[in-house]
This record gives sequence, C-alpha cells and structure tokens, in this order.
Amino acid sequence: MTSEFAVEMRDVVKRFITPEGNEMAAVDHVTMQIKNGEFFSMLGSSGCGKTTSLRMVAGFEWPTEGEVYIEGKAMGHTPPFQRKVNTVFQSYALFQHMTVYQNLAFGLEMEGAKDDEIKKRVGRALEMVQLTGMDRRRPRQLSGGQQQRVALARALVKTPDVLLLDEPLGALDLKLRKEMQLELKALQQQLGITFIYVTHDQEEALTMSDRIAVMSKGKVQQMGTPVEVYERPSNKFVADFIGESNFLAGKIKSISGNEASVFIPSLNAELAGMPISDGLVKGEEVNVCIRPEKIRIAEKEAVNQNMFRATVTNTVYIGVDTKVFVDAHGAKLKIWEQNRISRLDPKSFYTVGQEVWLMLMPENTLILKKD
Amino acid sequence: MLQRLRESKSAQGTILALPTTIWLFVLLIIPLILTMVVSFGRRSPDGGVIYTFTLDNYTRLFGYSTDCPDGQASCFDPLYVNILGRSLSLAFNTTLLVITLAYPLAYFIARAHPKQRNFYLFMVLIPLWTNFVIRVYAWMMLLRKEGAINIILGWLMNLLHIPFAPLEMLYTPGAVLVGMVYEFLPFMILPIYTSLEKIETPLYEAAADLGANAIKTFLRVTLPLSMPGVVAGTILVFIPVMGTFIVSDILGGRQVILVGNLIQRQFLDARDPTFGSAASLILMVMTLIVTYFYTRKFGFGEEIVVA
Repeated sequence: MTSEFAVEMRDVVKRFITPEGNEMAAVDHVTMQIKNGEFFSMLGSSGCGKTTSLRMVAGFEWPTEGEVYIEGKAMGHTPPFQRKVNTVFQSYALFQHMTVYQNLAFGLEMEGAKDDEIKKRVGRALEMVQLTGMDRRRPRQLSGGQQQRVALARALVKTPDVLLLDEPLGALDLKLRKEMQLELKALQQQLGITFIYVTHDQEEALTMSDRIAVMSKGKVQQMGTPVEVYERPSNKFVADFIGESNFLAGKIKSISGNEASVFIPSLNAELAGMPISDGLVKGEEVNVCIRPEKIRIAEKEAVNQNMFRATVTNTVYIGVDTKVFVDAHGAKLKIWEQNRISRLDPKSFYTVGQEVWLMLMPENTLILKKD
Repeated sequence: MLQRLRESKSAQGTILALPTTIWLFVLLIIPLILTMVVSFGRRSPDGGVIYTFTLDNYTRLFGYSTDCPDGQASCFDPLYVNILGRSLSLAFNTTLLVITLAYPLAYFIARAHPKQRNFYLFMVLIPLWTNFVIRVYAWMMLLRKEGAINIILGWLMNLLHIPFAPLEMLYTPGAVLVGMVYEFLPFMILPIYTSLEKIETPLYEAAADLGANAIKTFLRVTLPLSMPGVVAGTILVFIPVMGTFIVSDILGGRQVILVGNLIQRQFLDARDPTFGSAASLILMVMTLIVTYFYTRKFGFGEEIVVA
C-alpha cells in the first residue's frame, strides 16, 4: 500500500461506437479517488457508466482518454491478469466444468502457488463465506445464494488489493439480498480490503457504502457519504434518484447571510430562512427540494411563517408509513407520515378532502440550482 | 380409450416411439440378423448362399489362406488385415486433421460479431447442398494429372523457369485423406461451434481476472468447455469415415482399398455375400469398440453432466 488511494480515475473518458455508427461516451470525464479500505459504491440506473467504469478498473476495457491508477500506478493497457484487483461478476461467471474447490484454486494456480498452500487458502476462503464442505460440488448443484458466495470466495482467495463487485446481489431474492448486504459489509470491514461496488439499488448503496458516487449519463453527479448524498443532494437529479423529493419551482427574493427567502409561485407564498449553498444569487430561478418525510402535517395553524394550507387528495397506508398526497394552492406534494400509534379506525388517519396545514421547516429544505 | 391415453404418460411414450421402433426393427435389426446368418454361410458356385455354420469367412478375413505360393496347406495372407488397418488409421488421421482444421474456424465463427456468424455458418453449409459424389468428382478434377492444381502449378513454375513435371496426386492415400477431410469438415465445425458459442464472455473475463493469460484461458476454460462439441464431432466423423467407400473408390482407385470398398466388391464384383457380410460385421464391431472406449473416456458429447 504505497499510495493514499487504492484506485484513482483521472478524467477518464470511454467512447463506444453505437451500432448506428455514432460515437457515444459511456463514461464522460470521470474523476474518482477511492481510498484504501473504503467501501465505495457507484450508483446509477442502467447506462449511466458505472459498469463501464468498473470494467476499466478491472482491465476489461481501456479508457479512450484519461488514466486509471491502481495503488498509484498508471494502468495504461495493463491486461486484467496483471492487475491486483479481482472481480465478482453479476452473472457469477463460475466455471461449470470445475468443482467449487477447483474454481477457487484456479486463481491461485495461476499465481503458481503450491498445492498445500492452495489447499489452506481455499479452505479459509470457503470458511469465510460459510461454504465449508461444499468444495466437491459443481456450481450447478448450488443455490443462487451459494453460487454468489463461491464467486465472492473465488475473488477473495486471491487476496486482492481491491475487490470489484458488479451488482453481485442482483439475482438474489429480496430477503437473501438484505442478509448478504450486511454480510458483505461485515466481511469488508473484517478484511480491510477496498471494495468498489456497482449497483442500481440506492438502498443497497446507502446500507453498505462509506462513500457513494451517484452517476448519470456517464458523469458523476455527486460523490459523498450516504448521509451527504441523501441529506444534501447537490442537484435535482440526485435528490430525485436517491429517495423521493418534492420539488417546488421558485425564485430567490432576498439573501441575508446564509439564509434566503424564496418565492414559490405555485404556493403563492414566500419561504423564509432557508439555508443557502454557494453560487446562488438574488433573483435566480431555483428548485426548492423537500423530502416527503420532512414535511409535518398540523391540524391547525401555528405561529410559523412557513405554514401552508392544503387539501388531502389521497392517502395510502403502507404499514410503516402513511403516504399522504396533498394539493396546496395547485402545488402537488407528497408527505410520508410515520404510523407511530397503533390504530384501526380509518377516520383517525387523514381522509380525502380534509383541510390540513403543512409545516416546512427551513432547515429541512434545500435550494437547488435550476437545471 | 382416448381418456386413458391422455392420462397415461407411458402409453403416450409407447405411441410416440412406435414408428421409429418399427422402422428400426424392419430396416436395422432384421437385416443385421440376416447379415450375421449369411456371414456364417458358404458361397455357392452361382454366387448364392449355402446356409450352414462355418467360420471360414472370418478366418479368411484375419489372414488364414489355403492359396499359398510355396505349396503349403495354409499360410498367413495379410491382404484383408491390411485393409482393416488402413481403414482404421485413415479414420484416425481424418478425424485428427478435421479437428485441427475445424476448431480454429469454429472458434473464429463463435467469437465473430453475431451478425456475421450466420453468414459464416451459411458458408460452411453451402458445400452440403451439392451431392456427395459430385463433390468427390470435383476433387478428381482438381487432383488428376491434367487437373486444375497441376495446370496452375505448371504455369507458375513456367513463369519462374523451373522445370516441372505434373504431380501424381490422384489415386494416392493422400488424395483419399484430402477428400475425406473435405467431405466431413462441416460435421466437425458445427458441433464445436455450438459448444464454443455457449461459452459466455464473462467466463473468459473471469479467467483473465483470476490471472490467466490467453493460452491458459484457452487450455483451462475454453478447451474443456468445448470438449462436448469435439466429442460429438468426432463421433459424427469417425464412424462414417470408417465405412464410406465412395471417396476411396473415386480418389483412391485400385491403390487405396478400404473396408467399405472390400464390402462393396464382395457383393457386386466377387459375388460373395457371405464374405461381404463377415467384413461388414467386423467393420461394425471395430467401430463399436473404438467408439466405446472413446465415449467412455470423453462421454457422448452431451452437456457437462453434474456428478
């Protein structure tokens, strides 16, 4: 470990030729620094460039522009078999003609390890993923979850500096996936290996990651801790992609210190005392972003300037929460109310057509630049 | 009745298997029994069969002869044993050569862009649209003394001022080998292609990821996973090459006689169906033995079965 960063991507561009003959940048000037021992996720919907980025770290693709560094060394056109990283594939890519043991031993044989050492290391890796005793099985005789563990063990047995995981839990059912998320996280902490994890599942990324890079259209939209990307999304895309958000279009009326007042035409009201981020000026068109769980519903008006009258248009009971949809002077908002009290009387929940008051705490709102 | 048929899986199976069973019984089992009976018989002076039980045909096939040059009562005549050996070694060589030629091509097609694959496969299949015999004759036109190859070579040598005598290529074991390889190449390409095409790209990537270079990836991943195709192709090529007589007849002339030719001549020229039958059965047994040992080692070319 000579470098501060396990993996670094500097201004990396990857262009492909589409079947129609057009050039398309799958990865568009991406710069990332992934620290040693970090659990780093690339999060985005399909086609956002996350998998291509990972494949460039693995060496399956080479950047069109820019450079990938592993442990401080520029990778250039270094082939995958000469990189000290290993991959867990989405499809697992297990060798069906080999037993579980042979699958794990393969990578060690390529290193030229001796038989007794291979035996020891494979045994330890199988123990780590709780597959002891399965070594003589063929991959097809295992369940999906077990195959996933074999794929994981096959990569980990090589003791890579960096483990690359390409949607490794995508094929598992929800319950197993949640178990594996926690298990993977625990494993990563125990081993201290850098994990780069590609996923389209925001909850998965939030659960496991130290840091997340939210990607879209080949670009990194935001990089930060799970709390940062959720609580302080840097633009509308991130606010919309991670969790859910209400957006209100508005205009900055005045700025004083770190606070701003924003006029919202659809509410025909001014929101005052809102925290402001850098680069915003008076008179600028902005989006005010409020998370549905951060809006409070009150039965009557309190002494607060950021309170608005609204009509309930729909309610959905989902157990943990009740989703309340309201109309405030034409602005449609969604609000998640936690069901803190156990009750069976439907009238004690909000009813359609009911008049309520909404409370928007300034500290819970976010002013985002208009895209 | 119909109701019962709908409910009974085994009755359905019986009905589905019936046409083929009848076909095989009438056209395979019965003729095979007849061949066996005839092979133990004796040739009558007019070319018919005297039904009896004698092993003469078999002992003759394995070299027992009473027609000896130095007046002995009996001696060893290697004629037929040589024919059997030649057939066997030609089948081995053809199969090996076909694998060597077919594998790289199948690999190339399997790794080609999906849009181009069908075109390449089409090219492989085109020769099969022409009659087998006609294709063998085409080789005769190429290989004979005044054939296309000699004309082109002669023209080239003339250009380079090198004296050139037309090559004797036709009616040699080499001509038969070339003809066999040509005829049976598609039957090796297709099964190998099929098994290579099934190997998904991530498997190659996984091998590279785990530290294998191109050669090791091929030896440890590609080759084992494509073995079912090689085995299936080998069975499809080896067995017909053992028995066919057209290629050796046209391209080998009197020089390269194989079991197939022997059998054909016994029935048509020598008019000795008893000896022909014995040769047929020996051919079958030889093929079965080779195939048995081969498939015991490599399987039948089916998917890799889980143990």
